[in-house]
Amino acid sequence: MNVLTQIRRNDQPIYLDYQATTPMDPRVLEAMMPYFTYKFGNPHSRSHSYGWEAEEGVEKARGQVAKLIGADEKEVIFTSGATESNNLAIRGIAEFYKDRKNHIVTTVTEHKCVLDTCRHLEQQGFEVTYLPVQKNGLIDLDALRAAVTDKTVVVSIMAVNNEIGVIQPLAEIGKICREKKAFFHTDAAQAAGKIPLDVEAMNIDLMSISGHKIYGPKGIGALYVRRKPRVRLVPLIVGGGQERGFRSGTLPTPLCVGLGEAAEIAMKEMDAESKRLAKLQARMLKGLNDKLTDIHVNGDLDHRIPGNLNIGFAYVEGESLMMGIKGLSVSSGSACTSASLEPSYVLRALGVEEDMAHTSLRIGLGRFTTEQEVDTAVDELVRHVNKLRAMSPLWEMAQEGVDIKSIEWAAH
Amino acid sequence: MSAFAYLDHNATSPLRPAAFDAMVEALRAGGNPSSVHRAGRAARSRVDAARRHVAALIGALPAEIVFASGGTEANNMAIAGSGRQRVLASAVEHDSVLKSAPDAEIIPVDREGVVDLAALERLLVRHGEPALVSVMLANNETGVLQPIADVVRLARQAGALVHCDAVQAAGKVRVDLHGLGVDYLSLSAHKLGGPTGVGAMAIRSGAPFAPDRRGGGQESNRRAGTENVAGIAGFGAAAEASRDGLAVEGLRDRLERSLLAIAPDARAFGAGAPRLGNTSCISMPGVKAETQVMALDLAGLCVSAGAACSSGKVHRSAVLAAMGVEDAVAETAIRISFGWNTDSDDIERLIAAWRDLYTRVSQSDIRQARAA
Repeated sequence: MNVLTQIRRNDQPIYLDYQATTPMDPRVLEAMMPYFTYKFGNPHSRSHSYGWEAEEGVEKARGQVAKLIGADEKEVIFTSGATESNNLAIRGIAEFYKDRKNHIVTTVTEHKCVLDTCRHLEQQGFEVTYLPVQKNGLIDLDALRAAVTDKTVVVSIMAVNNEIGVIQPLAEIGKICREKKAFFHTDAAQAAGKIPLDVEAMNIDLMSISGHKIYGPKGIGALYVRRKPRVRLVPLIVGGGQERGFRSGTLPTPLCVGLGEAAEIAMKEMDAESKRLAKLQARMLKGLNDKLTDIHVNGDLDHRIPGNLNIGFAYVEGESLMMGIKGLSVSSGSACTSASLEPSYVLRALGVEEDMAHTSLRIGLGRFTTEQEVDTAVDELVRHVNKLRAMSPLWEMAQEGVDIKSIEWAAH
Repeated sequence: MSAFAYLDHNATSPLRPAAFDAMVEALRAGGNPSSVHRAGRAARSRVDAARRHVAALIGALPAEIVFASGGTEANNMAIAGSGRQRVLASAVEHDSVLKSAPDAEIIPVDREGVVDLAALERLLVRHGEPALVSVMLANNETGVLQPIADVVRLARQAGALVHCDAVQAAGKVRVDLHGLGVDYLSLSAHKLGGPTGVGAMAIRSGAPFAPDRRGGGQESNRRAGTENVAGIAGFGAAAEASRDGLAVEGLRDRLERSLLAIAPDARAFGAGAPRLGNTSCISMPGVKAETQVMALDLAGLCVSAGAACSSGKVHRSAVLAAMGVEDAVAETAIRISFGWNTDSDDIERLIAAWRDLYTRVSQSDIRQARAA
């Protein structure tokens, strides 16, 4: 299948930011089309066939999403995206069980919407433990075991990190949570459709999913809510009582259908696509390593999705590099915070020093990335890194054997 | 003539062609509006253009518009975000207002479904706690328009903030955020020919607002979450196409005159009050709404027995009950609502099907009476 021509015109930069968002798969768009036009009914209209037809589309999609994560379709509710799913899961469960439990465990490298929700709950009187991560970005399971108490209502740990792509040991985390009788929520926005997920085998009670990270549309996501044993939530959005009362509002049928189709395609193609991306990832890394010294991959390389690289180019300012490589669309971190120039809190949590964090780029590979694009990207990166290093006095000193860290900078 | 006449636009309106085109273009282009690279900037400019169109539809500034996942979320956001603990809401508000303020004090409506301003005034002065008043612009079941300017005047005297659910009104009648003087105004795209899954809240500049959704700083820190770019683009195009409102009042009046001529005992609810030109809530004496809806569906006509929300449970209309309509009459009322693609053929077809049903039922009643 060569859909590349439909995705990117020749005059556009090469898209290497698949963790920010993914282009829609044309097959997804095709599945959505009828629901924009002649199947436009309100899926909650029970009195006529337009409504039934829309409902059928929604329910098929619910089944497709459920299948991707080994859930029952009754356990999947649609939301407006992973941010809403994360807000609903953590706040909803904390508020429901607040009379019995008041403690939440999460990690310092979660997405901002998880961290901000936890901070809000702290202001409401909850206690939150922010687990550190190891140098490779993975949590220490013993530290988790020690942190969970009989007051812990939920452990929220992301499946795959959005900046460094590392995969947390979900099955082990789930086991600890089950033993300690705490609920387990995982933000799987970057994981669903990319790595095998099974809510039963991994003892996951709540899972957040995003449409636009898996070649589906924006404005749609899902939350898996376990039914046996039943997990209860206080809803964030109330009204007509749709989605088993967890989430009111008219369901956007075409978006639900798009998410379902995206989930089915991702599941069908996961094995082959992972292998293909692993080759591209290795090719990119080898290309850079062959031609550049002093580069460093942030985060564990083995426990990582193949569609991500996060690389520090020592002695090069990440922002300057990004400005230089005009033919490539990459980012210096999460898209939500990419307009700010602050160094990434994820990289700092790995113990990456601030000067090195500033030199890092997130490179996302995906379904429409080709070998040729990877080669072009390597060439362009090498050229600009070399150019910037040639202008850098620090690079010059380092080449002369000066230990940069020993320099005492004069105060201005 | 098409196989179906869709006359349930207050539940959802089919996507306007301009909205469809804008969405397909945005879906193909992709991009996260928060990304700084070119793909991100292109997505950002689509969102900004749509924001201008939606703002223009309601006389707001683009910066006053916050995109959300729909009217329900917008209503929830306004009520929680106002920071006011005391809420006064009309008896005919949508569930997304009433359920997000379960302790709201209820402002009654009169027999035509219009809020009782004297009652509002009494509630406002009852005690001094600053309140939020939530009154919709147009009702989803009857189309009755509320005197928002008067509501605002009374609220201001008492130091209250005002939220107005304009989900059913926008794109059908002129809506002016600053002319009305409300602090918060909710919109839904799919009620005016835009896509489902997107809506907006206008926050008058200067009105207090505490965001409820936490995460990335999207929508100027007022609503976190990656923007639904295609949905927003479709909303913008639909808003632009709806700016002149709907001119279907003539069709509606013809429909009601015809139905009342067929069955003089039929009642058009809220007809004595100013209301949207696209909505008719009308009873067929002695025939349950569900029966009518099914019979009309078989005849290729889509109408509804009330609001489309929730799980399809048949329960009596809270709106008609608030207007003092007896249960036995309320359960014979259906809602017929027109939109941008309704034409006079649809109306003729509905009149014919309604007449057939009514005649059939009355004749069988007569036969039964004779047999007895």
